Amino acid sequence: MAERRGDRRVKWLTLLLVVPCLAVLCVPIYNFDKPRIFGIPFFYAWQIGWIGGGALITWLVYIAVWKDRDV
Amino acid sequence: MSAGPVTISVFITLFAAISSLGFLATRWKKADLSQLSEWGLAGRRFGPLLIWFLLGGDLYTAYTFVALPALMMGAGAFGFFSIPVSVISFALVFVVFPKVWTICAEGGFTTAADLVEGLYGSRTLALMIAVTGILATVPYIALQLVGLEAIFAGIGLNATVHLFGFDIELPLFVAFAVMAGFTYNGGLRAPAMVAIFKDILVWITLIAAVIVIPAQLGGYGAIFDAVPAEKLLIASSPPDSLGPHFAYFTLALGSALGLFLYPHTLTGLLAASSRDVLRRNAIFLPLYSIALAFLMLLGFMAIAAGVKDMPEFAEGFARFGNVFAVPALFNHMFPEWFRGVAFATIAVGAIVPAAIMSIAGANLFSRNIYRAYIDPKCSDGKQTQVAKVFSLSIKVGALGFVTLLPNTSAVQFQLLGGILMCQTLPSVIVGIYLRWLHPAALMVGWLAGVAAGISMAASTGFTNSLYTLEILGISIPCYSAVSALGLNLLITFAASAMLRVTSKDREIRLQGGA
Repeated sequence: MAERRGDRRVKWLTLLLVVPCLAVLCVPIYNFDKPRIFGIPFFYAWQIGWIGGGALITWLVYIAVWKDRDV
Repeated sequence: MSAGPVTISVFITLFAAISSLGFLATRWKKADLSQLSEWGLAGRRFGPLLIWFLLGGDLYTAYTFVALPALMMGAGAFGFFSIPVSVISFALVFVVFPKVWTICAEGGFTTAADLVEGLYGSRTLALMIAVTGILATVPYIALQLVGLEAIFAGIGLNATVHLFGFDIELPLFVAFAVMAGFTYNGGLRAPAMVAIFKDILVWITLIAAVIVIPAQLGGYGAIFDAVPAEKLLIASSPPDSLGPHFAYFTLALGSALGLFLYPHTLTGLLAASSRDVLRRNAIFLPLYSIALAFLMLLGFMAIAAGVKDMPEFAEGFARFGNVFAVPALFNHMFPEWFRGVAFATIAVGAIVPAAIMSIAGANLFSRNIYRAYIDPKCSDGKQTQVAKVFSLSIKVGALGFVTLLPNTSAVQFQLLGGILMCQTLPSVIVGIYLRWLHPAALMVGWLAGVAAGISMAASTGFTNSLYTLEILGISIPCYSAVSALGLNLLITFAASAMLRVTSKDREIRLQGGA
């Protein structure tokens, strides 16, 4: 299969996807009201922010590992 | 409640225009619709943008629209767990599902049960997966109809007919018939076509809601200030308990694992034209999650606006509970014509996922029950015909559900459905990575998980998805799906190891013969 063709050196980058998952699963690190961001308490702002963060990391991993290599 | 003629006419026009597109879909990407892979998976030909619309329409249902804000209104911060769910599940879509897609495309598999049969050569295990999927799907469709009912009540479209001792709501039946009609003819193409226009409406309504409503309530800061302090954050844990933090963690994890095991989400993924389509969608689907986050905050906006105490909405809240929060908020905040747009959005938002769910359930029935057990020699055409008829029956079942039983039972069965769906994870997902799992072990694990899940849910009267475990003097509140899955995995692994060690030769012979 195409995915085996010499791409092994960067495939470990896929592990970066664990970062956003851990960020939203560790409740004690974000269960606060302050600081508020645009009036939104930190609890909500942190989780909403990680939607974007997760998408960004996924995009980087896609560019680095998968793009044009496995269609 | 008063029904403005403007609202009703905007609503009916939009709903009719968009749902009629579903009937045109039979001619779209024209193909032989008597093939199940064409009817039930649209020929696996959907590119990135279409899959984006299809999955968006699939995941963000009418029930999402009304139930999640309702949950926020009632449970506060705790209800926000859908956001971690979406972060985790899109990571899973990126990593795990391209692999699932490949195996299914190469083996010609249409359903999760097909996949399991292909992996283990066990029709019985496949049957268990199929039955789980169908059982979990019916209450999910029923919930879409509950969402529709709340919308009709919000508009004030009350046309109840008393027939054979039952209250039958005409608008619900009309909407239902429209959906059943286009699904029967067009298969997955129909909801995909409708989903495109539905999503445009969703974005318009949401953007209006998150800008217009906070502006009237004095901004987001004021909205959050109106939320009672105990609802704003997750309560801290007592000393001898892992507490609500852990419960939130398990709810997020369990729901994320279960999300893409549901037949309708898998159907959406398998309709993709390549693995690359799935990976690219994992990057862009989170756009919907941002919308979802603000959608959930509508629950807090309903608190800030104080709709629950307004006499004109008392009847709706008495009938639907907090589910009426969004219809009430829209009625309170939006001008008449825009209420029509917003309500049409949610109504179309009900028929798209309900159509996909019924197609997914029908695929399961036709492939893994009818073809596997009733008529093994049936032709492709016959298989598709069976699926079409079953897609009707499953919808009638859901309609019966909401007509005959109280709304709360749909919610309870949906809760149970989520717990059951998670129990298929070892067979469907773990099995892809670890082929040495033994089919008999998977069945025993599934049985144990299902039994544990049902009894935990039953002990709360099917009203609470959390069950508190007591281990070594520590109380651990945990989403029942996750603790049942833990037991399931433990048994599956232990039994597989035992079976593989004691009967290695026999197993190889059996698989060779299958």
